[in-house]
Amino acid sequence: MARDKKHMSLFAFTATMVFFYAPLLVLVLFSFNASKTMTWSGFSLRWYNELFFGSRDLWRALGNSAIIALTSASVSALLGTLAAIGMYWYNFRLKKYVEISSFLPLIIPEIIIGVSLLIMFGVVGMPLGLGTIFIAHTTFCLPYAMLIVSSRLDEFDYSIVEAAYDLGATEPQALLRVIVPVSMPGIIAAFLVSITLSLEDFVITFFVAGPGSSTLPLHIYSMIRFGVSPVINALSVMLMAASVVLAFSTRGLVKYVAKG
Amino acid sequence: MRRNLGPVYTMPMALWITAFFVVPIAIIAVCSFLAKGTYGGVIGRFSLDAYASLANSGLAVVALKTLVQSAAATIFTLVLAIPASYYIARSRYKNALLFLVIIPFWTNFLIRIYAWIAILGTNGFLNGFLVSTGVLSTPVQFLYNQYAVITVLVYTYLPFAILPLYATIEKFDFTLIEAAQDLGATKTQAMMRVLLPNIRPGIITAILFTFIPAFGQYAVPQLVGGRDSFMLGNIIARELTVSRNLPLSSSISVVLTLVTMAGVLLFVKLQAKASKKIRPVQEAE
Repeated sequence: MARDKKHMSLFAFTATMVFFYAPLLVLVLFSFNASKTMTWSGFSLRWYNELFFGSRDLWRALGNSAIIALTSASVSALLGTLAAIGMYWYNFRLKKYVEISSFLPLIIPEIIIGVSLLIMFGVVGMPLGLGTIFIAHTTFCLPYAMLIVSSRLDEFDYSIVEAAYDLGATEPQALLRVIVPVSMPGIIAAFLVSITLSLEDFVITFFVAGPGSSTLPLHIYSMIRFGVSPVINALSVMLMAASVVLAFSTRGLVKYVAKG
Repeated sequence: MRRNLGPVYTMPMALWITAFFVVPIAIIAVCSFLAKGTYGGVIGRFSLDAYASLANSGLAVVALKTLVQSAAATIFTLVLAIPASYYIARSRYKNALLFLVIIPFWTNFLIRIYAWIAILGTNGFLNGFLVSTGVLSTPVQFLYNQYAVITVLVYTYLPFAILPLYATIEKFDFTLIEAAQDLGATKTQAMMRVLLPNIRPGIITAILFTFIPAFGQYAVPQLVGGRDSFMLGNIIARELTVSRNLPLSSSISVVLTLVTMAGVLLFVKLQAKASKKIRPVQEAE
């Protein structure tokens, strides 16, 4: 009896794995296809050649993505950390307001964040470009950054901060030499998660980007709109490879973040 | 603790969120109650036109489709996710299997959608295969309909359902199933009446992580959907950028925001109830 159940769950698991991996395997296979179609016509590296040497716009978009991710993740980690500290140990008027307004962006559909920012940039007359993308990305990364640092503060023993004060530390000293170093794994996690969110975002960026400020997802979108292009196949293989390499090379960092 | 530094530390983020989240949402809310300008934009006169046209411009149909598509995606996701996470939880190689669930999601979201376009499109892999083996004489368009949208939605949210379900099932005491069967329950009865009620918190979280984001989707129907499968998110964008009807776009946004918030609140309530309900069972052990 129990074995039957096991068969059924094994079937569901296998189906899930096939569902997950089949599309990606097709992409990998056809990135080495000699022709432009999705029928196999021999092995070739021409799409990789075109990706690396014939796609300047794509590399510029990747550069934009990197700039946006690094800047917005830094600002998010910084402001998110400060807010997490302020919200965790202190009570003040309007605390409830900060709590609610920093929770809502987590649940509200992306399209609404994108559209509302687009309308606001129009109202204040701000030209769309890398600046507006930076603002938008920082806005949706901040709540995550604050949450992640807060969860780190759960394990924080506040008496060490009091000890620092008793030993004559000023407030900035207590912050920079006690609170920040102890919360560092949380701050790094907030930074890494923000980078990932920023690199992944398509919908919000789509609405707040201007001419010439394409990010990698926006560039991929414009390529997809023109139909199947084997260059995207090659690009996706390179991105998958990059993720795997990154994941393994940062294992030490991830362990540090997880264990502290 | 000396001075109250809370406001000082919190101020930068509070200002940022106010300026770039609260204010834009407030602008949308205000726009939804204004009259439409002749050349797009709004004129400063109070009007309920946008909300009135919500009722009679075919939007009810879109809202219903949005509901049906995201509900269907949620159901298919659960049907796969519950047994799959059961299998992972009972396996000796839990961590490796969980890893396998996560890896595909290291690729970019758009590339995962593109993979489905490359497979299902008229020039896609599936058509190429079916035509070359003689099953089809001419290619069939599998894309740009609601089945494609639902498939890709399931693909997008399945891991977000598997992870919380796994976390709950992993904590489940499997001897309860044996006990039920010893007391004469069939295998199906044991699963339906012992396992499912006990993993209800995981199921609710899985629904929350699947249904809510699917309901507000924009990119998936935009890329693999057609006229028959556009969702509220697509109509918001179309009204804003193509029809240039700012009040209507805003009023749909307000409705979508409120529905989403109500949905999240409902799930949070259900969650609190569900975790309260299963406590006596655990205490009785």
